[in-house]
Amino acid sequence: MKHFFTLLSHEIRMLLVNPGTYIAAMLFLLFMGFIFTGILESYSKAAQELSPANVFFQFFWFPVFFMVPLLTMKCLAEERRLGTIETLLTTPVTTTEVVLGKYGAAYLLYITLWAATGGFFYILYKFVGDAHFIDAGPLFGGYLFIAVSGLLFIALGVFASSLSRNQAVAGILCFVFLVAAIGGTNYLGDSGWLTRDVFRPLKEAVDYSRILSHRDDFTRGVVDTRQLLFYVSGSVLALIFSILGVEAKLLHS
Amino acid sequence: MPDTPAIDVSHLVKTYAGVAAVSDITFTVPRGQILGFLGPNGAGKSTTMRILTGYLPATSGSVVVCGVPVASQPGEVKRRIGYMPENNPLPEDMRVSEYLYFRGRLKEISRRKLGPRIDEVLELCDLKRVRHKIIGKLSKGYRQRVGIAEAVLAEPPVIIMDEPTIGLDPHQILIVRDLIASLRGRMTVIISSHILPEIEMTCDRVLIINQGRVVAQGSPADLRREILGHSTYHLEIAGDTTALPKIFTDIDPSLKVTAETEPDAAGFRGLTLTTARDDELGEPLLRALNDQHYRLRSFSRVKSTLEDVFLAATRRSWDVRSEDLRKK
Repeated sequence: MKHFFTLLSHEIRMLLVNPGTYIAAMLFLLFMGFIFTGILESYSKAAQELSPANVFFQFFWFPVFFMVPLLTMKCLAEERRLGTIETLLTTPVTTTEVVLGKYGAAYLLYITLWAATGGFFYILYKFVGDAHFIDAGPLFGGYLFIAVSGLLFIALGVFASSLSRNQAVAGILCFVFLVAAIGGTNYLGDSGWLTRDVFRPLKEAVDYSRILSHRDDFTRGVVDTRQLLFYVSGSVLALIFSILGVEAKLLHS
Repeated sequence: MPDTPAIDVSHLVKTYAGVAAVSDITFTVPRGQILGFLGPNGAGKSTTMRILTGYLPATSGSVVVCGVPVASQPGEVKRRIGYMPENNPLPEDMRVSEYLYFRGRLKEISRRKLGPRIDEVLELCDLKRVRHKIIGKLSKGYRQRVGIAEAVLAEPPVIIMDEPTIGLDPHQILIVRDLIASLRGRMTVIISSHILPEIEMTCDRVLIINQGRVVAQGSPADLRREILGHSTYHLEIAGDTTALPKIFTDIDPSLKVTAETEPDAAGFRGLTLTTARDDELGEPLLRALNDQHYRLRSFSRVKSTLEDVFLAATRRSWDVRSEDLRKK
């Protein structure tokens, strides 16, 4: 792990000098701002059951579907397309360090973008001057959920990027993985045919991995270690597959 | 271990999905030597180089770099090698000095030493003027030199460059050639190239590969003798040519006329002579022709180039292959 920080700082630097990063960040904040103002409008019309933070994080999946592929599709696919992976791997760095460096940089950027949405709540607090809109529980729970689930989403993106040398293919693949992980588990969990007795173990597994219901738990303030374990183990698995993906492509290049 | 060879390759085999890219290559390179890799496209040059760097695993055989086996200690080998791949891939959106700094850190040069060392290689490769430019905007010649600067950055004992002069103009080729020559004695260098005069001028030893096999190796002069096995003379002469073969065999039994042109308006015809002798036959030849009152307009010894050797060697290996096939 001697070179991890060299690679990480290099990757972060590359993200910071890339205009694409700022465009993506701007679009993300614009979109989240629209959602937030929409929520506030509905609050100004009538009293709502849930706190604004709770509703805000219900929309987390939408930016995830678009931001995560955009952030990660380039990382390994571009290195392979340009051939710079060859110069990179002929220095004394390991594939693990390369993959972790890219993963770390993408994750930090993802977290930074989400942290920037904290500004919305700060502005709300400043202007309303009333703490009852800012429910600290769902707010912290929501951000904790974003931080933990981001581990898995970014890892899926890195894995998708390790499978192709074409950025567009990697991006679409990542999108599919995310839809399957977020939407697919939700759909299966709701579908009736899994309630049969034969499928009980499968039903349990699906319920356990329902990302949307994890979000509900987190924003309710319930931090379940089983869910933390799900995200951590899922991301470790995805990263191991990314490392294997890069090395397998070398063997068959 | 100063007496171990820089590179020792024995019985190296690499197959891709059953097709042999490299089949049974064996060679050694002593320290400080510049070795040229020659071969037609798809001969296995790049594959061999990639195996040497530890980037690709070999199917069988062994590669030892500076006493360290590549297969079991790839990390150690990578510390001893500076590698510039084919087409010299570089990140598009970094500045030259930033890139060299990043690579230097990856190659485990301490921060304190890295600054002065980057200045040194920038000077060496004549890159000082573009050190703050973005690599993606540099011309091909500069990019190529950035690649070379990167390869020599960590002062590795072995440098491997895959076609370092491809796409350069003659002036830039000259600079790169001088650069490579300046490494002689200090570092072991392996370069591959299609430009044969290039190899002939810079390399101490040449290895010709065809279809994954070594078809010839040695110094350019040795190869010429071994593969072509003869010297060639060219002369333009006027007079009765029927008596000539007798004169030639008197000088040297193997001296023969291999080609003869029709006489031109002035009555001169061009003759091509070959001999198995390697030493200079010019003087006795000229004296004999003069004694017989032949009129001579020009006389030259044709210096066979590495190109001829290369063509002959690769053709020879083709012939061997097709004979094998016929036997089957």
